[in-house]
Amino acid sequence: MATVTQSPPPAPAPAQAPRAKPPRKRGRRTPYLLLLPGLLWLFVFFALPVIYQASTSVQTGSLEDGYEVTWHFATYWDALSAYWPQFVRSVLYAASATVLCLVLGYPLAYLIAFRAGRWRNLIMILVIAPFFASFLIRTLAWKTILADSGPVVEILNALHVLDVTSWLGWTAGDRVLATPLAVVCGLTYNFLPFMVLPLYTSLERIDPRLHEAANDLYARPSTTFRRVTLPLSMPGVVSGTLLTFIPATGDYINADLLGSTDTRMIGNVIQTQFLRILDYPTAAALSFILMAAILFAVTVYIRKSGTEDLV
Amino acid sequence: MTFVNWLKRRLVVIAGLLTLGYLLLPVVVVAVFSFNKPKGRFNYEWQEFSTDAWRDPCGVSGLCGSLSLSLQIALWATLGATVLGTMIAFALVRYRFRARGAVNSLVFLPMAMPEVVMAASLLTLFLNMGVRLGFWTILIAHVMFCLSFVVVAVKARVMSMDPRLEQAAQDLYAGPAQTFLRVTLPIAAPGIAAGALLAFALSFDDFIITNFTSGSTVTFPMFVWGSAQRGTPVQINVVGTAMFVVAVLLVLVSMTVGNRRKRQKA
Repeated sequence: MATVTQSPPPAPAPAQAPRAKPPRKRGRRTPYLLLLPGLLWLFVFFALPVIYQASTSVQTGSLEDGYEVTWHFATYWDALSAYWPQFVRSVLYAASATVLCLVLGYPLAYLIAFRAGRWRNLIMILVIAPFFASFLIRTLAWKTILADSGPVVEILNALHVLDVTSWLGWTAGDRVLATPLAVVCGLTYNFLPFMVLPLYTSLERIDPRLHEAANDLYARPSTTFRRVTLPLSMPGVVSGTLLTFIPATGDYINADLLGSTDTRMIGNVIQTQFLRILDYPTAAALSFILMAAILFAVTVYIRKSGTEDLV
Repeated sequence: MTFVNWLKRRLVVIAGLLTLGYLLLPVVVVAVFSFNKPKGRFNYEWQEFSTDAWRDPCGVSGLCGSLSLSLQIALWATLGATVLGTMIAFALVRYRFRARGAVNSLVFLPMAMPEVVMAASLLTLFLNMGVRLGFWTILIAHVMFCLSFVVVAVKARVMSMDPRLEQAAQDLYAGPAQTFLRVTLPIAAPGIAAGALLAFALSFDDFIITNFTSGSTVTFPMFVWGSAQRGTPVQINVVGTAMFVVAVLLVLVSMTVGNRRKRQKA
C-alpha cells in the first residue's frame, strides 16, 4: 500500500530514441518466417471465415438437404426489411452509450491525468480491475441496482424523473429494468473503461507547461480547456469513441440481460438466427451487413477526424 | 459564494469521482450479494447475511468444472497468442518487407469488428468444414482474437527501444542468438507481459465468441449466462468477488516489487 500512495512515476518522456534505420539483418527470409504462423492463423480463422460467411449469405437450402450457392441476394433484402428496427436501435443505443461514456469518462480521465496526485495509481487500478471480475456477473448486478423496488428506482420515482423518461420513451411506467434506459446504462457501464484509458493516455502526454503558458496569457480555465486541452486530447477521443461504439453496436448481452423483447439489438437477432433458429443464410447476411456498415462508418470517421495514425 | 467557488474549482474532481463510483458500484453489489442467502433461485434481492457460499464455493454442480476449463483455455490461448503476436510485432518493427500494409490491416481488422461478426463467421467456417465444436474450437477462436491485442502491446514497447543497444551487443561480439536472449528479449519483456496479461483477461472473460464456438462445452462465462436463465447461485458472486480481489492484490504486489527494483537501481 505504502508504495502505491507514493508520488507517481514521472510521465514517461516520449521515447525518442534516435531512430536509425532498422539494423540490416542477415537472412531476408527472417521477417516472413516470423510473420508466417501468426498471419496464417489470422487468415484461416479470421479472413477465410468472413469469405465463407459471404458465401453462406447467398446460399439457399435447408438444414436437412444442405445448402447451395444460388446467388440468392434477396436474402439481404428480406433480412433488412424484417430487421431494420433492430439495426436502427443498435446504432441509437450504441451512439447514446458512446456519448455517455465520453461525458462520464472525460472527467475521470482528466482527474487521473492532472488532479489525482499520489492517488493516480490506485484510481488506475480501480478502473482496470473490474475487467478481471467477470463482466457477465457485473452486468447481472445491474438487475439488483435497478430492481423495481430498489432505492434507485424509488428515488427516480420520487423525483418524477421516470415520468419524464417514460414520456420520452426511454422507460416504461415506473420500471427501469427491461427498458431502453437500462440497456444503455449497461452498455455505458461495460464499455466505460475503453473510453477512459485512451483518453487518459492522450491527456497524460500533454505538456503541463502548455497549461501554464495559457494561464500566463490570461486564458480562463474554460478557455484553456477549449483551446488547449481538448484539441490535444482528440486522438484519445477518437480511439475511445471507436473502442466503445464498435463493440456496443454488436453487443447482445446487455439487451438480453437488462432489456426486453422491445429492446432487442441486431446482435440478439444474429445470435438467435444462428444458434436457435438455425437460419444460416439470413444470419450470415445480417452479420455481413453489420460488418460492412461498421467498417464503412469507421473509415469515414477516421478520415474525418484526421487521425489516421491510430494503429 | 465561497461554497460555489469551492464547488467550481473541484467540479472535475467531483465528476470524475462520481464516474469512478458508477464503475465500482456493480463490483460492490456483487461482493455484498456474495454474502446473501436468497429465498428463490435468483440472487437479486437482499434477504439475510450468510457465509454459506464462501464456505462451499464449488457447491453448485458444474461451476468449478467450468472455472477450471476457462482457466485452461485462457492459459493456452495466452501462450499461443503471445508467441504468435510477439513474432508478428518484431517483424513489423524490425524488418522491411513487402505487403506491410496488408499485414497491418489483417492485424488491425479483428479489433475493428464487433465480436458477434467474428463469432458468426467463424461458426460458418466450422459448420462448413464439419468440425466438432468444443475445447479446440474455443481455443482456436480465442488465440485468433487475442493475437491482435498482443501485437499492439508488444509493438509499442519494441518501437520505443533504442536500436543502438543491440548494435552495442553485436560490437561486443555477441552472436545473434545471444543478442536476442540477453538484450532484446529482456527489454521487450514488459510489453510481452502486458500483451499476455491482456490476452489472458480477454480470453478468460470472453462470452460472445465462446457462445458461438463452444457447442455444448461450458466455460465459466457460459455457466453464468446459463444461470442467468435458470437461477443465479450465490457462488458466482463469490467467484466474481474473489477474481476482483486477486486481480487488485496481484497488481499491488507487482507494483510494490517494481518500485523496490527501481529504487535499488537508482
